[in-house]
Amino acid sequence: MKQQSISYKLNVETRLDNPGWVGMVSSILGVVLSLIVGGFVLHAAGAADPIATYREIFKEGFGMPADWQAGFTAMFSNTACPKGMLCFGPLSDTLVKTAPILLTSLACIFAFRMKLWNIGADGQMFLGAWAATGVAIFILPKTTDRTVMLAVMALAGILAGLVYGAIPGFLKARLNINEIITTLMLNYVAYKMLEFFVVVGPWSLGGFESTGRFPTSATWPRLTELAKKFPITGGLTVHPGIFLGIAAAILLAWILYRSRWGYEIRVIGNNPKAARYAGINLKRNIILVMSLSGALAGLAGMNEVAALRELTGRFPRGYGFTGVIVAWLARLNPLAAIFVSFLFGGLLVGTKLIQPQGIASMLQGVILFVVVGTELIFRYRVRLEKVEQAVAPETGDVP
Amino acid sequence: MTANDLISLAITIVFGALVSGSPLLFATIGEIFSERAGVMNLGLEGMMLIGAMSGFAAWANTGSLIMGLIVGMIFGALLALLHAFITITLRADQVVSGLAVTFLGVGLSSILGQPYVGQLVPQPSSITLPILELVSAEQIVLVIVGMIFAPLSWYYLNRTRPGLDLRSVGEYPSAADSLGINVYRTRYTYVIFGGAMSGFGGAAMSLITDPGWVDGKTSGLGWIAVALVIFASWDPMRGMWVSYFFGLLRRLPLDLQNPALPLISTANNPQLGRVMDMLPYIATILILIIGSREAMRKRIGAPAALGNPYVRGERGL
Repeated sequence: MKQQSISYKLNVETRLDNPGWVGMVSSILGVVLSLIVGGFVLHAAGAADPIATYREIFKEGFGMPADWQAGFTAMFSNTACPKGMLCFGPLSDTLVKTAPILLTSLACIFAFRMKLWNIGADGQMFLGAWAATGVAIFILPKTTDRTVMLAVMALAGILAGLVYGAIPGFLKARLNINEIITTLMLNYVAYKMLEFFVVVGPWSLGGFESTGRFPTSATWPRLTELAKKFPITGGLTVHPGIFLGIAAAILLAWILYRSRWGYEIRVIGNNPKAARYAGINLKRNIILVMSLSGALAGLAGMNEVAALRELTGRFPRGYGFTGVIVAWLARLNPLAAIFVSFLFGGLLVGTKLIQPQGIASMLQGVILFVVVGTELIFRYRVRLEKVEQAVAPETGDVP
Repeated sequence: MTANDLISLAITIVFGALVSGSPLLFATIGEIFSERAGVMNLGLEGMMLIGAMSGFAAWANTGSLIMGLIVGMIFGALLALLHAFITITLRADQVVSGLAVTFLGVGLSSILGQPYVGQLVPQPSSITLPILELVSAEQIVLVIVGMIFAPLSWYYLNRTRPGLDLRSVGEYPSAADSLGINVYRTRYTYVIFGGAMSGFGGAAMSLITDPGWVDGKTSGLGWIAVALVIFASWDPMRGMWVSYFFGLLRRLPLDLQNPALPLISTANNPQLGRVMDMLPYIATILILIIGSREAMRKRIGAPAALGNPYVRGERGL
C-alpha cells in the first residue's frame, strides 16, 4: 500500500534577479540595527537612557515638530522665530553639513562604481580647501565680485582635488599600486601640509593657527543676510552650497545611468575582463575617474572653507570617511545619496555636543557592517515548496 | 656638540627606531598571516586602536602590564572575529568589511576610552645602562620579543606543516579543501590571529613604546602596516626590516628635537617638524612604487586567492 503525504519544505535558492527593494531593505535594516547596537554601546559607556540620547541627537540635528510648526507660523506672519534659534536652526545647520558630506559621498560613489577604492576624499577635500583659500586670500583682490570670487575658488578647489586624485589614479593604472593605501597615505600628507601652512607656516596670521577671516566676497552668502526683510531667517547659516551638491548628484546620476561613458564605467566595475574584451580603455578610465572623484572632493573642500570663512588648523577631518559610508548606504546611487547625506548631516550636527565623541564613527562602522553583512542574505530567496511524496509503509525495524 | 654626544644621539636614534617599529612589526606580521590565508583585513587601524585602548584600560584597572597586553590581544581578536564572520561566512566584500572594522575600532575606542584620556601612564621600570638612558626595560623586552617573533613566523610559514596548509588555503583553497584541509577553519584561525597581533601591537604602543591613551592614538600606523605587508611581499622577515625602517621615520622628528643639533633641529624649526611628520606617509607611497617595480620584475604576487571568498563546491579558485 502506498500512502500520499504532503509536506512543506523551505527551499533556499539563488536569486537571479536583483529587485530594487533589496538594497533599500538592507540599508534600512543597517540603520535600525546600528541604532540598537549603538544603544547598547552607549549604555555600556555610561549613558543611562540610550533612547533619550537618540532623542537628543534628533532634536539637535533636525529640531522638533512643534518647533517647526512655530517656525512656519512665524514665517507666514513674517515675524522672527519665537523660540530663538530653535525653529529652523537645527535644520539649517544640518543642511550646511549635508553639502560636504554629499560631495564627498559622490566622489566615493563615482570611484566605487568602478571598484576603485578612493578612501582619500578627506585629503582631496583638504587640498581643495587649501587651494580655494590661496585664491581667496593671496591671489584675487578683496574687492572681487562675490560671484566671480566664489567661482574661481570653486575652480581652484576642483583643480587641486583633481590633481590629488590623479596621483593615486596614475599609480594604479601604470604600476598597479593599491589605491586604498595611496589615497589613505595622501590623506595624512594633506593633513600635515595644511598644518604646515596654517599652523606653523607662511599662512598663519600673527602666530594664530588660522589664516584669519576671509574677505566677505570669498564666503558663501548665508540665509541670515536676508534677516532684515524676512525675520524668520535670522541666524540661519544655510548657504547655496547644498545646491552645488544636488546639482553634482544629478549630473553624476545622468553620467552613470544615461551616458555611454557611465555605462562603460559600470561595466568595468562589474567585470573588468569583459570590459577589456569590449575594447574599453581601462587605464584611461582609471585615471579619469580617480581624477574626477578627487575633483568632487576638492569642491567639497572649497564649499566647506567658504562656509567656515577661514582656514584653521582645525579644519574638520573625517568627511571623506563619512562619504564612504553614505556611498555604501545609498547603494552607490547618486540621487539616494542626497537623502542619506541629509540624514548623516543631522547625525553629525546632533552628535556634536554629545559625549562621548566617537559615537558617530561607531554608528557608521556598525551601519557599514550590517549593510555588507546582509548582502549575502538577499542573494538568496526563500520559497515554501509543497512536496508530495509517496511514503512507504512502516516495516518495523530500520537499520 | 662633542663626538660623545653624536654617538649617544646615534644610539638613541637606532634604539628609538627599534622601539617605535615594534608595534608596527606585530601588526604587519599578523596581517601577513591573515593575507597568506587569503583574507585581506584592512581593519588593522581599528584593531590596533581598540587594542591600545582596551590594553590601557586593563592596565589602569589592574596595574599589570601583562594583563594589559593580553586584554589588548583579546579585543583585537574579537574585532577580527567579526571581520572573519562577515567575510568568510557571509562572504561579503573584504575591502568594505575591513573599512567597517576600522570605523568601528575608531569609534569604540574613542567612546570607551573617554575616561582614560590623559590619565597617568605606566611608569617604566628604570634600568641603568650607561648609554641607554631613554630606553626602559619593558621596551628592550618588547624589541627582543619582536626580533624572535619575526623569524619564528617565517619558519612557521615556510617550514612547517600547518604553515604549508595555511599557504595552500590562500593560494588554491579548493585544492586544499580536497586534501582535507578545513578552509573555513584555517581562515578563521589566522584572521583572528592577525587581529590578536594587531591588538597586541596597539597595546604595546599605549603601554610601552609611547605610553598613554588619546583619541586616534595610532595616527594611521595600522594603514602603514597594511602597506608594509605588500612591500614585504608577504614575507615576515622583510616585514620586520621595513617595520624598523618605518619606526625610524616616525621617531626622527622626536629624536631631532635636541636643540643642540645644528641646522636640522626640529625644536628651532617647527616647519621642518611638519615636513618630517609627512615622511612616513610619503615613504609608504614611495616603497609601494619601488615594490611594484620589483614585483613586476620578479613576478612576486599576492596570494592567488586573496580577497576571494571561498564557497565549497563552486567553480573557480
